Amino acid sequence: MKLLYKNVDKEGEGTVGLIAEEPEDMWHAYNLISEGDSVRSTTIRKVQSESATGSSTSNRVRTTLTICVESIDFDTQACVLRLKGRNVEENQYVKMGAYHTLDLELNRKFSLKKQEWDSIALERVDMACDPTQNADVAAVIMQEGLAHVCLITASMTLIRAKIDVNIPRKRKGFVQQHEKGLTKFYDNVMQAILRHVNFDIVKCVLIASPGFVRDQFYEYMFQTAIKTDNKLLLENKSKFMLVHSSSGFKHSLKEVLQDSAVINKMSDTKAAGEVKALENFYTMLQCEPAKAFYGKKHVEKACEAQAIETLLISDNLFRCSDVALRKEYVKLVDMAREAGGEVKIFSSMHISGEQLDQLTGIAAILRFPMPELDEEDESDTEN
Amino acid sequence: MSRHRNVRSMNYSDEYDGYDDVYGHSVEDDYCMSPSEAAFMYDREGKSKQKMGAFFQTVTDIAEENEGELESKENSLSEVDRARLESCIEQIKQTIGSSVPRQDLVNILLMYNFNIEKSINFILDNPQYKDVKLPEKKDKVPVLSKDSEVSSVKVVTPGPKTTNVTKGFDLAQKEANRLNVTPRSQSPASGRGTPINIQPSSEQNDDVKNFKQKDNKTDVVTQYKKERGGSKEHLYMVVIGHVDAGKSTLMGHLLCSLGQVNQKTMHKYEQESRKLGKQSFMYAWVLDETGEERNRGITMDVGKSQFETDTKLVTLLDAPGHKDFIPNMISGAGQADVALLVVDATRGEFETGFDYGGQTREHALLVRSLGVSQLAVAINKLDTVSWSQERFNEITQKLKVFLKQAGFKENDVAFVPCSGLTGQNLVEKPTENELLTWYNGPCLINVIDNFRSPDRPISKPFRHSINDIFKGTGSGFCVSGRIETGSLSTGDRVLVCPSKELATVKALAIEEVSQQIAFAGDQVSVTLSGIEMQNVSIGYILCDPQNPVQVASKFQARIVVFNVTVPITKGFPVVIHHQSLVEPAVISKLISQLNKSTGEVIKKHPRCLGNNSSAMVEIQVSRPIALEVYSDCKELGRIMIRVGGVTIAAGLITKVILSTN
Ligand SMILES: Nc1nc2c(ncn2[C@@H]2O[C@H](COP(=O)(O)OP(=O)(O)OP(=O)(O)O)[C@@H](O)[C@H]2O)c(=O)[nH]1
Ligand SMILES: [Mg+2]
Repeated sequence: MKLLYKNVDKEGEGTVGLIAEEPEDMWHAYNLISEGDSVRSTTIRKVQSESATGSSTSNRVRTTLTICVESIDFDTQACVLRLKGRNVEENQYVKMGAYHTLDLELNRKFSLKKQEWDSIALERVDMACDPTQNADVAAVIMQEGLAHVCLITASMTLIRAKIDVNIPRKRKGFVQQHEKGLTKFYDNVMQAILRHVNFDIVKCVLIASPGFVRDQFYEYMFQTAIKTDNKLLLENKSKFMLVHSSSGFKHSLKEVLQDSAVINKMSDTKAAGEVKALENFYTMLQCEPAKAFYGKKHVEKACEAQAIETLLISDNLFRCSDVALRKEYVKLVDMAREAGGEVKIFSSMHISGEQLDQLTGIAAILRFPMPELDEEDESDTEN
Repeated sequence: MSRHRNVRSMNYSDEYDGYDDVYGHSVEDDYCMSPSEAAFMYDREGKSKQKMGAFFQTVTDIAEENEGELESKENSLSEVDRARLESCIEQIKQTIGSSVPRQDLVNILLMYNFNIEKSINFILDNPQYKDVKLPEKKDKVPVLSKDSEVSSVKVVTPGPKTTNVTKGFDLAQKEANRLNVTPRSQSPASGRGTPINIQPSSEQNDDVKNFKQKDNKTDVVTQYKKERGGSKEHLYMVVIGHVDAGKSTLMGHLLCSLGQVNQKTMHKYEQESRKLGKQSFMYAWVLDETGEERNRGITMDVGKSQFETDTKLVTLLDAPGHKDFIPNMISGAGQADVALLVVDATRGEFETGFDYGGQTREHALLVRSLGVSQLAVAINKLDTVSWSQERFNEITQKLKVFLKQAGFKENDVAFVPCSGLTGQNLVEKPTENELLTWYNGPCLINVIDNFRSPDRPISKPFRHSINDIFKGTGSGFCVSGRIETGSLSTGDRVLVCPSKELATVKALAIEEVSQQIAFAGDQVSVTLSGIEMQNVSIGYILCDPQNPVQVASKFQARIVVFNVTVPITKGFPVVIHHQSLVEPAVISKLISQLNKSTGEVIKKHPRCLGNNSSAMVEIQVSRPIALEVYSDCKELGRIMIRVGGVTIAAGLITKVILSTN
């Protein structure tokens, strides 16, 4: 993300100008913009004009609009952010208060005005504009008959293709159907890789599976590449890496990101860091349950007692439209930091973020045990 | 206790006894844990006094709930069902007059899932309605006579005459079938499936024929006796054990000795395996047929073959032992009546397989949790320890203790020394002197012959779980798998669930031999027509359209947690295995933690579940699946829960949660 300017006063009110340059940046924009903010950007608007003779024609004009956002929709496939809201600035084509949908696209400048830029939002701007955060990895996670081709960026895991085919099992005397099915499946996966993986950006392609599927597939792919003289694959052969996973389901990515060889190769990515943090939480829950809690109520209590060592929180919680609730979460983060705790804001677009979301979205590892929390019924987490 | 015994005269204490052992004890004594971990373990003392109470209780609870549900069901029926109800009542009145109170009719119809025929039978048999008589002229009504005539069928079935009445909901239903959620699954009252009846007028004749067949099905027991009475009992045996224990070699050699593999083929295997430098795998090649399996010397998917013993026709399922192929092993074990556990007696090797994380352990626990209760253990590769009796006893002792904890009864486990490679003690008395000095028990084939064949639940509604889908020789395509309950004849219409599409059975085959009818317990290939091959997946269930399985993406289960490295919390992503289905799911709620022995609630909404705990949980599957509550159908009411390639829990489905939107 490119930061054009940042005018935020002491009270936190102000405007920031940004340009989203990569798909990843759209995700940051999605997390930055909340309902009630004003966004200004160029857009296309259909205008009706009446000629002197009275016949009306409609044509499309490009204009710059400022809307007060009422709803936000993130299309991960097209990489577009759709903001709907009312026009709040006088414009030659659009009346005040008229509804308009702004499509924020890549490389289009926009400015965002908030009543209050809190610490989470400002941090998001810094993170988005940090160029070192870009390490794109592609991962193919597969088992016989099922494969997911995903792209892993700093804060998103995007499933680009899912291949789900039925492969006949081996049957006495009829192994050909099985082997034919398998070959066809491998071919589908290979095509998906060619279609979705941009080798200019992607530094590493992980191929993960149980058993020998990955080895078989790898062999198939490069034999085919030699046969068809596919330069692209052959030149990038060194980027492929074979890893074990227990299944071809998406959540097995977690295992892949914990593999020590992968960690070495990818160095420190956000995705792997989050997997590790969640794992630590579960380990603590197993070993010393009085030092690991989840759910807003418990975590708040722990925070008040300045007991939080690591706070795990999903960015999903900051996207809520309830301003007061968002404030509570921001306060929790600020307090935990003040007390010397580490705060990990999980991306809900990563595997472990998805899991954290299911686990109320908030969890904490404590410095000292608080068995008294266990006694209370965490009723707000059960619904 | 065998898998399907006592189904008709179900005796709970007997049925659950063995089962509960698995859940009751589990294997906690063996799992070593550090003292610091132990301090946080729930419920440790529960292990010594396990009783069958736990399961017994939940299951009876469920039964009661279902009974209570009957009243005032009418009000909560969906519109479709209500329309159907009306049309059924109409028809019954036409047949037997209107002397039975409407409310009674409603209840009876709901009880029989809108099956008019059964309802009328019930009324006629019930002394309460003794005034009810069939109209004089219609004494040939099929309801009473076994060999019904097609001409009179219309009296009791939604025949041509009533199609007009029912058309309205038929159409709606048909449309709903396209979606995964039918009006039925939205109706809160339909705890049990209601019949799905799609009858475009062109197919009416088909339907009439069907009803004739359905009629015969009431007599399925007689037919079963007639068809199968004369021949040997059929037994399905899964062969399990740690990777490289010698399962495939043992079975390959057994098949060879029994003359199931011709000499020419065997000679070919010998030559070719030698070329690959894998001559020691020549017998394994009988079952390991794919190129990958042969090149690597590892079984990857279940191999199937057949042989006969004195009293039985045995289908053997050679499971893969490698950890990564446990999903395949589970789908094989789900189809078996009994199991043969093969262990490698070589020093160090037995220990590896038996250690924590070894598959000797996981496989044994899995088959037990899948309902297999009879087990034979082949102590294999004894040639490598010069047939040492001491080694045999050592292994036997260790396994006995473990298997008992895993829930196998001592009488249901047999041990036999053998060598798959040399062929000692497989089909003939041993010739090896060292073995003869201390062993004069049965050889492997006798042990297999001694397994008791389970009773087959043939009179329950038809259910078949799809384990494989492939192109047959003729038109259409085949699905193969096990008939869990009921029976199936060629020409029958079946409902494919969870997609709820109807299909027609064009042909049936068991072991490539075509059949007219097949029964519960059989593994059949079913040639289907009227449905696209792409619309069927492994793990789908074929069922009786008049009495379908339930379809849902959320359910409650009572689980027992085995050994876990991290505790289970809500939101925990898992993989569930249900018959051959493998689906990602999330433990969406921890409802309560239970006392393992009594089934009592210890804690509501626990924060997490640790080792060896028992709990009631809610599970959300990523898409709808076909399933049954355990108390209705054991075969389709069991699930295995795995995470990261490790089995962490086994569960019984206690309640299906239908989506309400
Ligand atoms: N000495 C000896 N070797 C045996 C015996 N049985 C099997 N083997 C050897 O053990 C190796 C593994 O045999 P398999 O039959 O493939 O083992 P498996 O249990 O089927 O292995 P998976 O299916 O991959 O789990 C082969 O090299 C066999 O020759 C035996 O009785 N004695
Ligand atoms: Mg094998």
